[in-house]
Amino acid sequence: MQLQNIFTEIEKKDPEFYNKIDSRRKVMKDFAKFSGRLSLASLPLALGAMLNKAYSKDTSVNTVVDVLTFALKLEYLESRFYLNGLAASGLIPNDAFGSLGAFQQISTHEAAHVTFLKQTITALGSTPIAEPAFDFTAKGTFPNPFLPANYAVFLAISQTFEDTGVRAYKGQAPNLIGTANRPYLTAALRIHSVEARHASRVRKLRHDINGATVSGNVKPWITLAQSGIDTGSGTANAAVQQSYAGEDLTTQAGVNIVGIGGNSFITAAAASESFDEPLTMAQVITIVTPFFA
Amino acid sequence: MPTNKTIENQFGLLDEVEVKPFSRRKFLGYVGATSAILATAGSSCKKDPTNTNNGVNLGSGDTGILNYAYALEQLEAAFYTMVVASQYSGITAQETAYLTDIRNHEVAHREFFKAALGSSAIPALQVTFASVNFGSRASVLGTAKAFEDLGVSAYNGAGQFIVNPDYLTAAGKIVSVEARHAALIRELLNLNSFADNTVVDAMGLDVYALPPAVLAIAGTYIVTKIDASHLPS
Repeated sequence: MQLQNIFTEIEKKDPEFYNKIDSRRKVMKDFAKFSGRLSLASLPLALGAMLNKAYSKDTSVNTVVDVLTFALKLEYLESRFYLNGLAASGLIPNDAFGSLGAFQQISTHEAAHVTFLKQTITALGSTPIAEPAFDFTAKGTFPNPFLPANYAVFLAISQTFEDTGVRAYKGQAPNLIGTANRPYLTAALRIHSVEARHASRVRKLRHDINGATVSGNVKPWITLAQSGIDTGSGTANAAVQQSYAGEDLTTQAGVNIVGIGGNSFITAAAASESFDEPLTMAQVITIVTPFFA
Repeated sequence: MPTNKTIENQFGLLDEVEVKPFSRRKFLGYVGATSAILATAGSSCKKDPTNTNNGVNLGSGDTGILNYAYALEQLEAAFYTMVVASQYSGITAQETAYLTDIRNHEVAHREFFKAALGSSAIPALQVTFASVNFGSRASVLGTAKAFEDLGVSAYNGAGQFIVNPDYLTAAGKIVSVEARHAALIRELLNLNSFADNTVVDAMGLDVYALPPAVLAIAGTYIVTKIDASHLPS
């Protein structure tokens, strides 16, 4: 284990290091405790938490915990959705499109994200929130997605959750800028891209299952502000649409992407597909609140 | 699972990195073509004020990271431009549509960085796809998969060095599209390999890599010498 060496290196640069956190002895003891309790993957974060304590103001730690708690809520939502889906008899078919394998893989990741975020929040000295109760009809907006006849609804909600998750993490990334927060930003980015892989997979699944229908036109990437979802209910469609509002942006950092560099094949549709847009915490909360019982 | 080496690197304590998912040998495994194909990745040439004996200097700070991303997007855009121009045998209409979309996205990314960087942009890089057999589906999609996963790992590893929130958001807007590409290409190769355990670990975290490791792999395809020594770490 090279972690002690890291402490030694830090101490060389900053003789006050141990005083800034605790006694050397307590640091080693705490770290041994962390090491025993956390998986190896969490060690950088536990170490980061200690460095935070030494080098950053408490406000920074609070911001990180706020962001991670927000992320944990979303991961609880996704994780429970897939656990319920996989447990629902006759819902997810073991079909040639790969439905079952896809949702088993996605469910495993969402559960791992919950565990990871809880461990990280704990390592930061806070208590993670407990899992809330959910209503996956969003107060009657959607039919029960876990009934076998409603697999299309399950797929549509899954796609919406994944695309929303991508936008939610993206929106929080700037709140994690800073040397002391590097491990948290990196972890958030690594979850962010996993959500994007999920979104791509679910969108392809819907494309392959639905064939030449409105829902079958969906691509792995988001075209303009199109959800590629038609539930047959105006209310449900409007609820879904909130997750795609603003995805039709074709100007990035003041640069017009349409036809950029003289490339006429970069249409408005292609320009919008090339960049996924963030959502603010408030926008995401508005979208997901109906799913909390 | 990260090694101690990668843990240390999250804190910039080492220059050398080791990233498991991308072995150089594996990456070089997609060999088919016998003739070297050299292409210029960018659409225009200009005199480069930052060129030194050490190669094209990416620069420092956020500019350095953006140039680093620009270099990778040049590589990807050049690759898919070739893929669309000389389609592999047996390609389906759906695959053509997907790969054309991806070409469009990568060119958009390349041109975006070029425009956003303005006078700070590195020049067009010379790239080679000598190891790719553009007539073979396995070679093309295998290379595409490696490029997309590499791109995801590069953005995931470099995001922590960005200081300006607008640049971080821009990088975030692009990396999720790269991840969508990666998942799609993986599905075209193997059902439900979109986020398998070669790229996503037991904690549900995706690949990430620091610039030296990424450039060591990309260096197989980028002929122009790149000086990344001023990048933040």
